[in-house]
Amino acid sequence: MRTLSPSSNRLLRNPLVDLMVGPHGIDRYLELIRPTLTVHDARARVVDVSRQTPRSVTLTIDPNRAFTGFRAGQFVKVGVEIDGRRYTRTYSPTISEHNTELLELTITVREGGIVGSWLREHARPGLLLHLSEAAGDFLMPERRPGHVALISGGSGVTPTIAMLRTLMSEGHRGRIDFVHYGRTPEDFLYRDQVEAIAGRHPNVVPQFIATRTEGRRFDVDTVPASAHALVCGPPALIDAVRGVFPDATAETFTPPTLDVSGAAAAGTLRFLASAVSAPIAAGTLLEQAEAAGLSPEYGCRMGICHGCTCTKTAGTVKNVLTGVISDEEDEEIQICISVPVTDVALNI
Amino acid sequence: MPITYGNLTPEDVQRLGEELDAIRHRVVSELGQEDVDYIRNIIRTQRGLEVAGRAMLEFGWLPPLWLGGTAALSVAKILDNMEIGHNVMHGQYDWTRDPALDSKAFEWDTACPADQWRHSHNFMHHTYTNILDMDRDIGYGILRMSEEQRWTPYFLGNILWATLLMLLFEYGVALHDLESDQVLTGKKRLDLTMLRQIGAKVGRQALKDYVIFPVLAGPGAPFTLAGNATANIVRNIWTFSIIFCGHFPDGVQEFTPEEAANETRGEWYLRQMLGSANITGNRLFHIMSGNLSFQIEHHLFPDIPARRYASISAEVREICERYGLPYNTGPLHRQLGSVFKKIARLSLPWVGNAPLNRRWSAQTPAAPTQPSAGTVEVEAEPELIAA
Repeated sequence: MRTLSPSSNRLLRNPLVDLMVGPHGIDRYLELIRPTLTVHDARARVVDVSRQTPRSVTLTIDPNRAFTGFRAGQFVKVGVEIDGRRYTRTYSPTISEHNTELLELTITVREGGIVGSWLREHARPGLLLHLSEAAGDFLMPERRPGHVALISGGSGVTPTIAMLRTLMSEGHRGRIDFVHYGRTPEDFLYRDQVEAIAGRHPNVVPQFIATRTEGRRFDVDTVPASAHALVCGPPALIDAVRGVFPDATAETFTPPTLDVSGAAAAGTLRFLASAVSAPIAAGTLLEQAEAAGLSPEYGCRMGICHGCTCTKTAGTVKNVLTGVISDEEDEEIQICISVPVTDVALNI
Repeated sequence: MPITYGNLTPEDVQRLGEELDAIRHRVVSELGQEDVDYIRNIIRTQRGLEVAGRAMLEFGWLPPLWLGGTAALSVAKILDNMEIGHNVMHGQYDWTRDPALDSKAFEWDTACPADQWRHSHNFMHHTYTNILDMDRDIGYGILRMSEEQRWTPYFLGNILWATLLMLLFEYGVALHDLESDQVLTGKKRLDLTMLRQIGAKVGRQALKDYVIFPVLAGPGAPFTLAGNATANIVRNIWTFSIIFCGHFPDGVQEFTPEEAANETRGEWYLRQMLGSANITGNRLFHIMSGNLSFQIEHHLFPDIPARRYASISAEVREICERYGLPYNTGPLHRQLGSVFKKIARLSLPWVGNAPLNRRWSAQTPAAPTQPSAGTVEVEAEPELIAA
């Protein structure tokens, strides 16, 4: 999307303009004209919605100028507002990294997942999404290997599709093995697209394997040994690939598990800014941080003043005043009235 | 001695706390799209008025544009400080997880740095509401607002100081967390980091209102400057008036650190109710006052979106009636009149301050849980005046 010319973009980032629109900043005014007109906040509009499988939704989105691009395999944090609350999830764009105009995201609906099921049901062209900068180091080598194996399980297909499409747009001549594991053939994502590419490019060798019906696991015969392997999927798949390709580039994801049965959960608290970890003990997160030798900011210690509010980057916590359990990424929480439910990472 | 009222037993106070907690839980569970839509609508109105006001004031040499521009900018600054800034910084919209409504990140269009406000107001004032020597909002360290405060000849100027504070309120608020009164009397060291933060914020605000926008108006600069200054002063007078009506009208109670020591949640709620006063008015008035006209509800539930206070107030009133508690409310002119009467009365040396009645020593206790040794024994309860 080209919302502003480069010169007006520069002008809007000028320090003098910043003083004039202070203290709120230029984006808080521009967004009132059009939400995607912002120059600092990366945002996107959904322009197309399709549903490849019964448990997924694919969005084509149009990012604004503030979005600075990505490399194949990286992820972007995507925020969507549902009933007044912003939910943020990480997704890997599934297009070539050389395609800067439109992005594509494929979102798998998980059991009980709020964002996936909401998007599958409600995503329409025009929906506003909030984006972060791209991050992540699941990347192909800058000097592309001659023979590449892209291996994925479930929704792990999203970064490998981006890699395949990037290689195709670069005119890659070497062999590309594309191996994908899904529960049933119904769950195969991007099968039509990959087979269409393979039809045009004989160097692309696709394999789609249904784990429930075929039971065929990754082994020495799946991909020739000359490949540079990249794998994204559940830990069991990574282990299987590493058994054959010890140097494989790998990224795993584990769906969050919720344990609200016990009083104090077993697990680890990580205080990121202080580089301190501690096993979960009894008490609020504030008390546990103090027990770990930290002195986070706080005020009333009773949930009134928000003086202790800090960012929880991962994990599930329970608000002891309201009983509300939340597992949002990058969520502001009051640590004086929050107890951990799972492993928790805090930015203190 | 714990805080109580009338014939309330400790069990009554506990039940009172549970009833209020129940209201809180219900309202929090109802929060959703309409609350976000409401605040975004207010923000859109505020930004629109601000842009329109500043645009008109660029042509401030035309009298209708000066008047219109100054009015629009005054309203924009009031909305920014009250219904938006004050409430967002209380964490009323943190549940939305919208970074633009994040209590920790929000900065407002006034001299006081938001970070210092979050400390002096959200923590000090809302936790230690109306506790003498702990809630620095009592007299802001420069006025005599309580009979318990020792009279000195300086307080002969109580009305003058209050008037100056009203006109320059944003700077008074900016210096508030620095505790400059304590620094001047040598009780506290000057915090240079905080002073630098205040200087930077005041500088940016002054550059914007008194240099950049006037200079852009060319020869019309004096008119633009005068309009911006007027808008700042109008905002100062308005916010001072609303805020002083929150805790200083007749009948609002103060507490000693000893009374508030080790208080229960019920007692904390009770102190908030006895220590706050409302102002009656129409919907527009409540919006312009940031719903601080529902000061009682705000002090009970400081981080619930303020637009909810009006509907909560009916229940709070009913609870007050059932427990025989005062519910202090009245129109602005009456509440403000009673505040200024108090300011005038307390400028006189023979009002309050009878040595035997002084329950509160001149030294600041370290914390409410550690009353200073040798505190003068309580002679009498303060008069309890129901509204």
